Amino acid sequence: MKATAWMGRDSVKVIDVPDPTILSPRDAIVRISTTAICGSDMHLYHGYIPAMRKGDILGHEFMGEVVEVGPQVRNLRPGDRVVVPFPIACGHCISCQRGLYSVCENSNPNAGIAEKIMGHSPAGIFGYSHLLGGYAGGQAEYARVPFADVGPLKLPDEVPDEQAVMLADVFPTGYMGAEMCDIKPGQLVAVWGAGPVGLLAAASARLLGAERVFVIDRYPYRLRLAREHAGAETINYEESDVLDTLNELTAGRGPDACIDAVGLEGHHGNAAIYAYDRVKQGVRVETERPPALRQAILACRSGGVVSVVGAYGGFVDKFPMGAFMNRSLTMRTGQCHVQRYLRPLLERIQRGEIDPSFIVSHRMPLKDAAKGYKLFQKKQDECSKVLLTA
Amino acid sequence: MNPIDGVLLPELDSPVRDPHLPRALGWLSLALGASAVAAPGPLARLTGIDDSPAAGTVIPALGARELGHGLGLVAGRRPSGWAWTRVAGDAMDLSLLGWAMTDRSGERRRRLALTTAVVAGITALDVLAALSAGRARRTRDRTIRIDMAVTVNRTPAEAYRYWRDMENLPRFMSHVEAIRTIDLRRSHWTVRGPAGRHVEWDAEIVDDQPNRSIAWRSLPGTPVPNAGRVRFVPAPGERGTEVRVQLGYVPPAGAVGRAVAKVFGEEPEQQVRDDLRRFKQVLETGDVVRSDSSPDGISVRQQVMQRPAQPLPNGFRR
Repeated sequence: MKATAWMGRDSVKVIDVPDPTILSPRDAIVRISTTAICGSDMHLYHGYIPAMRKGDILGHEFMGEVVEVGPQVRNLRPGDRVVVPFPIACGHCISCQRGLYSVCENSNPNAGIAEKIMGHSPAGIFGYSHLLGGYAGGQAEYARVPFADVGPLKLPDEVPDEQAVMLADVFPTGYMGAEMCDIKPGQLVAVWGAGPVGLLAAASARLLGAERVFVIDRYPYRLRLAREHAGAETINYEESDVLDTLNELTAGRGPDACIDAVGLEGHHGNAAIYAYDRVKQGVRVETERPPALRQAILACRSGGVVSVVGAYGGFVDKFPMGAFMNRSLTMRTGQCHVQRYLRPLLERIQRGEIDPSFIVSHRMPLKDAAKGYKLFQKKQDECSKVLLTA
Repeated sequence: MNPIDGVLLPELDSPVRDPHLPRALGWLSLALGASAVAAPGPLARLTGIDDSPAAGTVIPALGARELGHGLGLVAGRRPSGWAWTRVAGDAMDLSLLGWAMTDRSGERRRRLALTTAVVAGITALDVLAALSAGRARRTRDRTIRIDMAVTVNRTPAEAYRYWRDMENLPRFMSHVEAIRTIDLRRSHWTVRGPAGRHVEWDAEIVDDQPNRSIAWRSLPGTPVPNAGRVRFVPAPGERGTEVRVQLGYVPPAGAVGRAVAKVFGEEPEQQVRDDLRRFKQVLETGDVVRSDSSPDGISVRQQVMQRPAQPLPNGFRR
């Protein structure tokens, strides 16, 4: 089959690899109809996630048709149309049973490596480095889906691929980012990053009752999407000072909740501050570039919530612990526990409360994946989300 | 680390204790040294050198040396090293005695000869003591003891039942190739050792407390004396069972064997940790967890030299 492989920094290539086979009784094989390039794939593309190997198949947002199931998969049959959550979760450990699927205790066969960096291991993720399991990803024609009796959701025919594939990662991730803010009537929420997750976090915050939502980015076309589709007000951090603007908009209180939807490759309006982190990250003294996280903490209302759904991998520098501690802030985080959001969010789509596909800007065949990565990386042609189709 | 509760394995436990001889000789040193320092006169007469003007200074000096040996052996940390200082002291004494004998005759010469014979006998004992202390130390250095635990979301009864069927163990113990049960208590183990060698032995269950604990040990004659205990304790907060394992074994090629094992990334602690992870996977999910780069599940070796995350070549079936 054809699959998108990581070939080194800033290099992906569609190559021929063997078709996947069932390895465990709870596996299924899915023929992929639509898959997407995620902002977090950019961290792999740029070489910021450790333990990548040349030839690793990328992609953790995918959907398609079940073509084969293992003997213990009784809820799916060949022919079923499914979307597959990006975290791999066994469904039977304590974490899974408590709904914390992205910290499944069993699904990372390389848990030993992850423990050395993170203390304990999170779940395995499709196509996301050997640190998180060494699973082949879904930017391919087929994928092996472990624990297929737990993860994949069967889709009704009337929900098109373009909407359904958003359920694999970005919509639940954005939604969880908003949900963790515990939004009460009248509250104001600020979102750093107007990429797919930030836009969907902003839209979700509105769905969950936020009075006003502010989105911070530097790309006018992305900020326009935030205004037009997510009901947000926008701040371009290259044009105005974010903290001043947020203080003005909230009459000095600060947003009740701040969502970091940027993660480890943030930018900063001040060139000197950006250069500080960029250089340290470049020489690997610091693994992350966290200006958005720092700003979110400084901006947040005292006693408020900082919700982190942007991806981080290692260690951050100059963390404003004084502000965080003295102002009674709460931080909530996590890779999204997609499995617990699939059904409720599918229902929201079906009821017409939201159409998450507003973020999609480009569609192209799988064989053009390298072009898609480049477009998304350089944010050319107003690129906000790339779908790859069979 | 604690010895394994309630499991007696001669190869594992007995030689590890320090032998009594070096300590007894230490007390002898203390007694001899104290008398040489406090009353050099009678000792000089006894050994037949009371005619020498130097005896009054040499004998207390030797006594002080003896006190050193004695303190080291009785209170010191490494009896094997101190036992060899006694042997060195004996050599010194023997040469002094030989030198004293050259210009003496009669009763004094007789006493000197007797003293020399006694010191020679003690030297033989000292060499024996030093060797036995060294052996004990080396065995202790080679012995590997591991305590490791994992929490499994199953009841103690379920975890016990799976482990008690010894033929299940190779499913999660990656180095155990096969276990054949001989009868209710005894089983035959085939294990992959370092550098591709196979090691086989018979083991027996020595303590079996249903749903609570199992202890086993290898039977005499195995090249890898080993013993272990696993306990199944309810985890607080209704989180299943804490599976606590204690293992002890003496590897075949000693320190060399361990060095080889480390080269291959097969560190014993990591091995046991991975085995317990697989135990958890099998009990909770029904199989060891396989990814495209680790199709056989967790192993340290796999982690060091992993294949890319791609489907396996066609035709690969487990």
